[in-house]
Amino acid sequence: MVMQRLSGWGRTAWTVADLVQSTDLDVVRTTLGSAGERGVISRGLGRSYGAAAQNAGGIVLEMTSENDPMGIDADFDPLTGLLTVAASVSIDAILRMCVPQGWFIPVTPGTRFVTVGGAIASDIHGKNHHIDGSFGEHVRSLTLMLSSGEVIELSPEENPAWFWATVGGMGLTGVVLRATVAMLKIESSRVEVETVRLENFDAVCAAMSADGSDDDYRYSVAWVDLLATGSSMGRGVLTRGDHAAASKVENKEPLAYDPRLTVSAPGWVPNGLLNKWSIKAFNEAWYRKAPAKSHVGLESIPAFFHPLDGVKRWNRLYGKQGFIQYQFIVPLDRTDVLRKVIEKFSAAGVASFLAVLKRMGPQNIAPMSFPTEGWTLTLDMAAGISGLAELLSEVDSLVLDAGGRHYLAKDSHVSASAVRRGYPRIDEWMSTQEEMDPIGLWRSDLSRRLGLVDQRRSL
Amino acid sequence: MKNGVGVAQNIVLFGGTSEIGQAIIHKLVKPGVSHVVLVSRDIDAAEVQVAEMAERYPDLEVHHVRFNADDSASMVHVVAEVAQQVGDIDVAVIAQGVLQEGVDYYANPAALQAVADVNFTGTMVLMYALAAQMRVQGYGKIVLLSSVAGERVRKGNPVYGATKAGVDGFALALDHELVGSGVSVLVVRPGFVTTKMTEGMDKAPFSTDAVTVATAVEKAISHPEQLSGSLAYCSTCF
Repeated sequence: MVMQRLSGWGRTAWTVADLVQSTDLDVVRTTLGSAGERGVISRGLGRSYGAAAQNAGGIVLEMTSENDPMGIDADFDPLTGLLTVAASVSIDAILRMCVPQGWFIPVTPGTRFVTVGGAIASDIHGKNHHIDGSFGEHVRSLTLMLSSGEVIELSPEENPAWFWATVGGMGLTGVVLRATVAMLKIESSRVEVETVRLENFDAVCAAMSADGSDDDYRYSVAWVDLLATGSSMGRGVLTRGDHAAASKVENKEPLAYDPRLTVSAPGWVPNGLLNKWSIKAFNEAWYRKAPAKSHVGLESIPAFFHPLDGVKRWNRLYGKQGFIQYQFIVPLDRTDVLRKVIEKFSAAGVASFLAVLKRMGPQNIAPMSFPTEGWTLTLDMAAGISGLAELLSEVDSLVLDAGGRHYLAKDSHVSASAVRRGYPRIDEWMSTQEEMDPIGLWRSDLSRRLGLVDQRRSL
Repeated sequence: MKNGVGVAQNIVLFGGTSEIGQAIIHKLVKPGVSHVVLVSRDIDAAEVQVAEMAERYPDLEVHHVRFNADDSASMVHVVAEVAQQVGDIDVAVIAQGVLQEGVDYYANPAALQAVADVNFTGTMVLMYALAAQMRVQGYGKIVLLSSVAGERVRKGNPVYGATKAGVDGFALALDHELVGSGVSVLVVRPGFVTTKMTEGMDKAPFSTDAVTVATAVEKAISHPEQLSGSLAYCSTCF
C-alpha cells in the first residue's frame, strides 16, 4: 500500500489515499476487489483543478501511459480518422501521433496533458464548443469496467443511458478503459488566427454574439482583463480562427508538429508572487501586445490551443497556498450577471491572471455535462485570499439565480445544493449511477462534498 | 474534508459550552460548512446553543451529542456516535477543561484527580479515538486548546498547568506520529483569556478574549501553509 498525499491541479485541499498506479486489467480488477468502504476513484494526469480525482482514505487508481515503453496503445485509421485508444493516453500523445497524418483531436481543453479517460469523465470542451460541442459528442464508443469487474461496451446506440451517464460522470460510473474517437481532418499544423483588441466588456460580448460572426469561426475565445476599471472595464482580446489550409503554409511540410515545453516554473515560489500589481502589469502588457485593429496570422497548435503548457508546472506559480479556478456558465441573455461577477471580483481586489470568456453552443444529452448555450467565464485566483469563501458564495448565488451552473472539473468549493440547483437532471443521473454501481464503489472527495453518490450504500 | 478555500465541511466541538470553543466554531462556520456537532454534558445549555446556531446559519445542520468529559472510557463511543451522525469528522476542536480555582490541594490532594481525568486522561483518549477515525478518512484536523500554562507550568495552579503541559506534549508527539496520514494536530496556547472560566480571577498582563483566540485559530486551520509548525500563537502567548 502506497499512501500518497494528492490534490488537484490547483494544489489545494490535499488528502491522503492509497495510490495504485497501473493500467494492467488484472491489477485494476484486483484493486477494485480489495477496496474498503472508502471506495475507489480513477485518476489520469491530475489536471482537474479541485477534488475530482482524489479520494481521502480510499484508493486512487492512477492510469496514465506517458512513459509506456510499448509506445502509444492506440489503433488509428488515417483513412476514416477513427482512433481507438487506451483511456490512459493523453491528448499530447494523440496529437504527436495524428497531426503529422493530417488529423486533429476534435475537442481540446487549454492543456494537452489530459487523458482520454479524464476528457470523457469531465466531458471537456474547447474553443470550438459553439460549433463542435463537447468531447463526448465525438466518442463513438467506449469500454468501461464496472465496479463488479465486468467489462462492457457502451455507445450512443448501444445502452445510451449508461454511455451518457459516463460522459460527464466524473469517473463515478466505472473505469473507462478504451474509447473510439472520431478525429478531425486538417491540412496543416497551423491555425489561421484573427486577433482583435476590444476596449470594454460590451464590445467583447457584442463581437462574440450580436453579429453572429462567431459562427464563421471554428475556434473563438476572449481573454478579459478583470483589473481594468472605469470605461475600460472588461476590456479584452478576442482570438478566433480555424485550421489553416495547406496552401496558406509556406513550410514544405505543412503537417510538421513539434510541441516543446519552453520553461519550467520553479519548485518553490513565495505566496505573494502573483498579486494584484504583478497581474495588473501582465494584463496591461498582454492587452497592449494585441493589435488595435483586427490582424490575421498563423499560429502553431501549442501557441493557439495550449499556451499554458509552455510553462511546465505553471500551477506552482501561486506558491504553497494553491489557487482556485472558478468557471461558471449563464444563459446568453444574462451578460448582466457576467458584468456583476466581474465587478464583484474587481471590487474585492481579486486579481485573475487568466480570465477567459467563451460563448458556448447547445448542450448535449449527457445529464451531468457542463456546457449549455450561454456564456462561460473562467478565472483563477490565489486560494489564500481572506474572505474568499464568502465572496465565492455570493457569486455562486448570482450564477445559480440566473439559471447558471459550475464546471465540476474545475470546482473546489461549491456546495451540494449548488450542484442540485445547477444540474436539474442530477436525480436522473444518480439513479443511472446507482444502476451501474449498486455497491457504491466509486467515491471521490468531490462526490463526498457534493453528495453525487448516495453515501448510505456501503461496501 | 476541507474545500479549496480552506472551509471544512463537518466541524465538531468537544466541550460544547466552552466560550473559546464556541468562538472558534463561529469563526469556522462559513459558506460550505455542512454540519456542526456540539458535544457537551449539559443538555439544556446545549439545546439553547443548537437552536441559536441553527437560527443564525439556516443552511447548516447543527447536532448535539452528550458526553461526560471525565469518563475517558466513553470517548471511543462518543466519536463513533458523532461519525454516525455526520460522516467524516473534518475538524475536531477539543475545548473541554476544568480549572479548579481556590482548592487547597495541600489539604485535599485527591481533588486533583478530577482535573487530571478531564484535562489529561479523557483528552488523550479522545485524541486517540479521533486520530483513529481521521486516519481512516485520510484527512482531519484536531485542534487542542492547550494553554500558555502548558508550556511553562507556574505556581498558583500547578495542577491545571501540569495537566495542560502533559496533554500539550502528547498532542505534539501525536502530530509527529500522524505525519503522512493526512491528519494533523493544532495546539493552541492562549494566555489569560477573559471568559466565564476565569471570571473573578485577577487579570494577567496581556489578557485577551475568546474572539481574538478564535481568529488566530481560524487562520491557522484555513491556511496552514501560512503557519510554521503545529502551534498557533495567539496575541498573548509568550
